[in-house]
Amino acid sequence: MTTIPTNSMPVKRDKSRIKVRNTVLTVITYLVAIAFLFPLVWMFLAAFKTEAEAFASPPVFAFTPILENFKNALPSYFPALKNSLIAAIGSTLLAFVLGLPAAFALAVYPTTRAQGTLTWMLSTKMMPAVGVIVPLFLLFRNLHLLDTLPGLILMYTTMNLPLVVWMMHSYMTEIPFAIYEAAKVDGASVAQEFFGIALPLSTPGMAATALLAVIFAWNEVFFAVNLTSSDAAPLSVFISSFKTSMGLFWAQMSAAAALTVLPVLIFGWVAQRQLVRGLSFGAVK
Amino acid sequence: MTTIANPTTTTASPPAPKRGLRLTPAALIWPAMLYLILTTQVPFFMTVYYSFFNYNLVIPDNRPFIGFGNYATLLTNPQNLQVVLNTVILAGGTLILTLFIGGAMAMLLNRNFPGRGLVRTLMISSFLVMPIVTAVVWKNMLLNPVFGFFSWVVASLGGQPVDWLAQYPMASVIAMITWEWTPFAMLILLTGLQSLPDDQLEAARLDGASPLQEFQHIVMPHWTQAIQVVVLMETIALLQVYGEIYGSTSGGPGLATTNLPYFIYQKAFAEYNIGLASAAGVITVILTNVLAVYLLRMINRTNQSNKGG
Repeated sequence: MTTIPTNSMPVKRDKSRIKVRNTVLTVITYLVAIAFLFPLVWMFLAAFKTEAEAFASPPVFAFTPILENFKNALPSYFPALKNSLIAAIGSTLLAFVLGLPAAFALAVYPTTRAQGTLTWMLSTKMMPAVGVIVPLFLLFRNLHLLDTLPGLILMYTTMNLPLVVWMMHSYMTEIPFAIYEAAKVDGASVAQEFFGIALPLSTPGMAATALLAVIFAWNEVFFAVNLTSSDAAPLSVFISSFKTSMGLFWAQMSAAAALTVLPVLIFGWVAQRQLVRGLSFGAVK
Repeated sequence: MTTIANPTTTTASPPAPKRGLRLTPAALIWPAMLYLILTTQVPFFMTVYYSFFNYNLVIPDNRPFIGFGNYATLLTNPQNLQVVLNTVILAGGTLILTLFIGGAMAMLLNRNFPGRGLVRTLMISSFLVMPIVTAVVWKNMLLNPVFGFFSWVVASLGGQPVDWLAQYPMASVIAMITWEWTPFAMLILLTGLQSLPDDQLEAARLDGASPLQEFQHIVMPHWTQAIQVVVLMETIALLQVYGEIYGSTSGGPGLATTNLPYFIYQKAFAEYNIGLASAAGVITVILTNVLAVYLLRMINRTNQSNKGG
């Protein structure tokens, strides 16, 4: 275990070789990162180009940035932004109202069925949206929920509820059990434990979960495309209107896409530590 | 510190009466369960029901029961088998690529080097991009045969211009989705690597383990759980890929990039063939669940053996 090499010469050579190897690996890391970032950078650059520059071949790298594209994109961007915000925040709130009590009960009063209930909730994520879209579409049509924000909120809540329960369950089980026991000895009710202990002690977890839920709802495409058309169309539907533009409005498309992507990028960068936990449903912390 | 103050105030409050109307833990779970049953289970059973009818929205009044007729149509038409095959190739190909690239990137990031935090932060960006944005940006600005960036790269290297989405449609879509999902694999795998204590690696190195032995005997056992999480989560998500296809190839050319979700979308919302779309939906759900349950079992088994050992 502790054989320390006695000859100093090979150690020195080893050290310089390791140094070179490390530098090479670091350069490779930078290059891969740049390659992965390039499509986004290219899009953000195009947002500040004229249409001719964005469309130019060979591509233009040096140009005078303009704000024209954003000005042109904004009138149709704002209604979609409003819809996206309402759908994302509304569904996150509803998922919290339904999910927080469930997470609390499963964490603090685990019965023999608790693990089974959690697994069942996760299993609803294995239900592809295409397995439910046909009846939902017909139901929504009959209930006049097509192309409405409440309809979208209902579906995004379904999408985010298992996430909220799993993540909040994982945060609430981290609260020392002794705190609950002390409260119980003093005769605290279930509601007092929930509002007085579980909620205040898991606020950081709630913030992280909310951030993730908003990101998922914001980026959702399938329900948005199939259940809305104009009045309630969120950003994903707005962006998809550029798919048939035959490449005539690349700069304007880039500006709209940049405005759509930027909030989520910032959210994701801020919440990156919690991202892992949320994405793996608490399996990897 | 301030958050600790709350429980003390709770404990200081006088004992509440034990009897009376009280919230029970079960009552707290039911609303969430009921909601999920109503929005996932119930519609799914309706999908199963519709799948037994020859039901087209164009002729809503005439929908005869045809038993497994829709399933027979789906499973006997070789074109539809291609759709199933596309679904599997798309999900499997992307999964393998993201595992390798994400794994390599995780190992590269699990070292100390200047700018490590920044690189890690920037690397997750492509995963945060809305799929439809990925689709329209790749389709137009990168993959366009004349004005796209990749064509310019090929041309400057002396090659012939390539119409990526027409000549290599599936490979292009897989590349696009791999770009999106690699950060996910990287993040989970990196977290798995970071749980590996440094002294274990050091001890192995002092014992003269080669990098390959080091990887096989020390890194891999630690990585298994993270890899399984990636495989499970990506399998579920990649079988449902829709936005990327909707925004780029629209399933074409021909059926080249039509997967089950896109096929169902076309049947239901372009042809109004509710019966056939429902049957395809049922098949997708079965496919997803068979794979997911199999993978979950595998994860549970490894977890148990890890705990036991």
